[in-house]
Amino acid sequence: MVPIGHYLFVSLALFIIGVIGVVTRRNVIIILMSIELILNAVNINLVAFSHHWASVDGQIFSLFIITDAAAEAAIGLGIIIAFFKNRETLLADEMDLLKW
Amino acid sequence: MTPAQISQIAFYFFAALAILGAILMVTVRNVVHSAIFLVTSLLATAGIFLTLGAQFLFAVQVILYVGGIMVLFIFVIMLVNLDVALHQVQFNRQKWVALLLTIAMGGQLGLAIWFARTQGTLDIPTGRAGGLSPQNVEQFGLALFEKYALPFEIASVLLLVAMIGAVVMTKRRI
Repeated sequence: MVPIGHYLFVSLALFIIGVIGVVTRRNVIIILMSIELILNAVNINLVAFSHHWASVDGQIFSLFIITDAAAEAAIGLGIIIAFFKNRETLLADEMDLLKW
Repeated sequence: MTPAQISQIAFYFFAALAILGAILMVTVRNVVHSAIFLVTSLLATAGIFLTLGAQFLFAVQVILYVGGIMVLFIFVIMLVNLDVALHQVQFNRQKWVALLLTIAMGGQLGLAIWFARTQGTLDIPTGRAGGLSPQNVEQFGLALFEKYALPFEIASVLLLVAMIGAVVMTKRRI
């Protein structure tokens, strides 16, 4: 029996690595993939507590998060393609159309 | 070895694999390699779901994340891949400050979990005796279509909006 804290630490590690990816990388596709990693870390938490409390509710929330991740990936990649057609770049710090 | 020990070993193996894949994903230079390491990490997470008795989510994770979302990602990478992007600086200017602040945040969260563990507030034994039912898919379906029927319908509306949004976004002229 693995203690619940170990699941939380694994989830925390994945979450922090995802945040590091979001705040340090320049490539927009890698930033989007890091966001997927963060959502995945949250899913581990929910499923671990679902196991701990012997209730299937946490797994249902997890399914909704996976749905959200799919929707977000579709929209995000659509934005990336539209932006790439206009500006020919993928770097986040060159996307300054709305910057004052 | 008892089944409990096997599941314990499987958890630590998959956890190590997931973290290793994640670290390589954010540090490696090539975007395609990055996507492959993300696939590794997501598959390891699916393994963790299996050790937790969530068989349905395991299948969803493999089919939807690895089979659906990652193929979409790799497709877009192939579509917009630039050779010049490989020779550019991969990390932005404020990377050290960002790294420091993120690690500070992680340390805070880790300390919170640590104190909750040492004071015993995390391991309260609750829930039904005997744990989750082995008929995971059946339980999942019953909960999803009875208790959570309205959120399920709202999720379908969300997917419809995302579909329309993706189509509109990639149109040449709106």
